[in-house]
Amino acid sequence: MTPVDLDDMDRAIINGLQGGFPLCEDPFAKAGAALGLSGEELLSRISGLLDRGALSRFGPLYNAEMMGGGLTLAALKAPDDRFDEIADQVNSFAEVAHNYARDDDYNMWFVIATETPGRIDQVIDEIETLTGLPVTNMPKIEEFFIGLRFEV
Amino acid sequence: MSKYLDMPLDRTDRRIIKATQGGLGLSLRPYDAVAMEVGVDTGEVIRRMKRMRDAGVIRRLGVVPNHYSLGYLANGMTVWDVPDDKITELGSRIGAFDFVSHCYHRPRHLPDWPFNLFCMVHGHDRSEAEHHAGEIAALLGEDNRGHKILFSTRILKKTGLRLVA
Repeated sequence: MTPVDLDDMDRAIINGLQGGFPLCEDPFAKAGAALGLSGEELLSRISGLLDRGALSRFGPLYNAEMMGGGLTLAALKAPDDRFDEIADQVNSFAEVAHNYARDDDYNMWFVIATETPGRIDQVIDEIETLTGLPVTNMPKIEEFFIGLRFEV
Repeated sequence: MSKYLDMPLDRTDRRIIKATQGGLGLSLRPYDAVAMEVGVDTGEVIRRMKRMRDAGVIRRLGVVPNHYSLGYLANGMTVWDVPDDKITELGSRIGAFDFVSHCYHRPRHLPDWPFNLFCMVHGHDRSEAEHHAGEIAALLGEDNRGHKILFSTRILKKTGLRLVA
């Protein structure tokens, strides 16, 4: 896979606008001014970065727990010969938002997001029943602050 | 956690969340479209989103880079066994590394899972991610009682979190 080509302005946008996009009537004009761009130019740059896949999204990132919902990370050990079948079963739950194969005995790791915290345990029970495998629940106990920037 | 109760979200807030959880529209005045959808004026959308940002309901507002397409192909979940009584201090220091995108204290599951600190690291390839894990190990010193890296080999599912239906 070839990485997306970025010029210096693309990099400045990605490094500088991961947080702090303005909340005002003309936010592109305001954010653009700090980068030496007009509002139109910044808007067109961000649209282009989205189209080219350099950005996965643009907008607010909400804190799921503060919506009153449940969120956890869970893992299971899928036998190799049933791996794809188990993946389909896990993915069939709308509450499973992300699922990654990883190279470990715990070879399947997924994020469960539910409308209510109590529903997490139910979904885990249902996944255990459907797959016939134990699911290990690894809910976050504490989250550590991350510097906002992922530097490119 | 305490922030939960400081700011109950009302119906209008939830409609704003619903209108923006998939992203902001690409127009010069993006909050106008949100206001139209929610049925309030633009100033009200801006006031409410500022309040949500200040309360931490909005973690951040801006561009979200796609690690993979930017060439950071190795996504390693590093997991560490560190003393519980020092984990807050250690986790905070690790979170300051710019190659770490998430850092959490999670429960151990003994005997086969002694790890209580999870840090996502990103590199252009596995050896770069392993080098980053080495930097974390150096920071932890004797507090590192065991660790490993679980590289992702396949994305099996990836949907945006739908927080409000």
